[in-house]
Amino acid sequence: MNPVLTKRSGLWQQVIARPQGALALGLLGFLYLCALFAPLLAPYGPGDQDLQKPYHPPTGFTWTQDGLAVRLYENADPTQALYRPIPGKTATIHWFPAGHPYRLFGLLPCRRHLFGVEPPQKIYLLGSDSTGRDVFSRLLYGAQVSLSIGLIGISISLGVGLIAGGLAGYFGGWFDSLVMRTTELLMAIPGLYLLLALRGAFASQFGSGEVYLLIVVILSFLGWSGAARVIRGLTLSLRAQTFVEAAIVTGLSPWRILWRHLLPNLASYLLVAAALSIPGYILGEAALSFLGIGIQEPSASWGLMLAQAQEMKVFMCNFWWLLSPGAAVFVTVAAFNLLGDTLRDVIDPHFRTSDR
Amino acid sequence: MTSSTLSSPQPDSAHLSPILLEVEKLAVRYPLSGGFLGRSRRFVEPVKGVSFRIRARQTVGLVGESGSGKTTIGKAIVRLVSPHSGEIRYRQERIDTLSGARLRPYRKRVQMIFQDPHNSLNPRLTISRIVGEPLEIHFPALRAEERRSRAADLLQRVGLSPDSLDRYPHEFSGGQRQRIGIARALAVEPELIVCDEPVSALDVSVQAQIVNLLQDLQQDFSLAYLFISHDLAVVEHISDLVLVLNEGRIVEAAPPEELYRNPQNEYTRKLLAAVPSL
Repeated sequence: MNPVLTKRSGLWQQVIARPQGALALGLLGFLYLCALFAPLLAPYGPGDQDLQKPYHPPTGFTWTQDGLAVRLYENADPTQALYRPIPGKTATIHWFPAGHPYRLFGLLPCRRHLFGVEPPQKIYLLGSDSTGRDVFSRLLYGAQVSLSIGLIGISISLGVGLIAGGLAGYFGGWFDSLVMRTTELLMAIPGLYLLLALRGAFASQFGSGEVYLLIVVILSFLGWSGAARVIRGLTLSLRAQTFVEAAIVTGLSPWRILWRHLLPNLASYLLVAAALSIPGYILGEAALSFLGIGIQEPSASWGLMLAQAQEMKVFMCNFWWLLSPGAAVFVTVAAFNLLGDTLRDVIDPHFRTSDR
Repeated sequence: MTSSTLSSPQPDSAHLSPILLEVEKLAVRYPLSGGFLGRSRRFVEPVKGVSFRIRARQTVGLVGESGSGKTTIGKAIVRLVSPHSGEIRYRQERIDTLSGARLRPYRKRVQMIFQDPHNSLNPRLTISRIVGEPLEIHFPALRAEERRSRAADLLQRVGLSPDSLDRYPHEFSGGQRQRIGIARALAVEPELIVCDEPVSALDVSVQAQIVNLLQDLQQDFSLAYLFISHDLAVVEHISDLVLVLNEGRIVEAAPPEELYRNPQNEYTRKLLAAVPSL
């Protein structure tokens, strides 16, 4: 018998012991830390415009006697957004300069940023967009939305799936029929259509925070049915196990049996399902925002930033830095899938995807 | 052989003791799947009108081939399945009509030991949780340390060392797990234990140990057993009264000495003839 099934203490050690697991956890840890400390790491706010510098390319670095510095650029041809570095002109990078005020973790009032240059000069690590906003800063603020939406969404949908599927599997009867027919109904409607219909059914005059919540709710509403079906199946097979009969004979109430005997045995599945489903939420948010019905300007999210990169101009003039949110989505989704696969390998050796 | 001097079907000691369990014309039905919205019109009936009694401190053996309805009778007695018709009375009180929390006093008196020692213990719980759980339900006044020490006593009583408390079921052999299952059943201080093929999944050498353990415990705790088995030798060894079950009906009921010497029923004769002799 696999010891992990019976003892959970060593689970994360086992994941880290595998190269894929360590890589995935490391990447995700890095990304979530970046999102958490976004206001500190970003030199500018997500809405700070500079209409003099649209489509500014990523700034180059150089050494001066004052230390690390960035080159300064002049706008050679505003019609094509052609920038040329000005020879000999640089701006020294300052560490922890005072900038626009913000609240770290939403609580601590703070003015310092990790790095910056003397205004009115600007540092664009990943260039600027059509209104001269810093893509790097927006990427960090966008990570807050894009990365948290997966965690919140999966908590809601797995929570609902666990309650609906668990009760359906344990008690059976009419409740079981009701839950299963509902999930079938949800699954029979094409996902993207349902997404658009639900979003359209709610008024568009929501604020940015409300839209964020609305998207989470819509995505969870679509996502719980799959989880509920699997959890129902697992509960059915667990319910037939003798130790559940023993618990009934002992006199435990159904709720106690569900909580103490079934839930711990479902935990490993839930963990794997969560890791493998989070990318769906990140991609779902990106899709909604890309279509213009998700996160609204001036807030930032990766999908919204990609939506701005779909203009023909971006491809004609090769503003490749505007595609960096796509790379961020790709890395995040790949890391979550890698983590999910590794967790599954550790928890359930029967479903190994590879030999190692 | 003193059995010829006994005219009563039960040994004297058991004859005097009060009746614990009375099963009268018990029938159990399972619906066959299918039908509109799961409403089935066809049934299988593994138990078709079975009646017997168990007295305090008595061991009643229930034998029959697989599919004869033995386990279903055991499950109906502990109310894992609901009877379709008939009555089950425990100390004159009907328990086949109770459900939910009203069954709880009954569950304190009647426990069950299961056939498969690998599935009957939750792999996620430590032994102290498994054995302590019945105490939590039926002795709510006990504090956590008291439950733990009670669990340690029970483990010692079934022949396991108390340092097993913090280990998990997979660290034990089949025989040891069956001992843990027995300790769990003993925890509530029951009067009757339904033993559903308790030794069938074990090695022959371990079988004897478990059967002897059950007999010792019966003496010490004044237990009554309903001992369900297809193994005639084990049933002969342990039982005061043997019930032979065939296709959901009891075809013969007699003390083991009589039954094995002079079987009355055709089916019993076949069953005895099928026992391989070494």
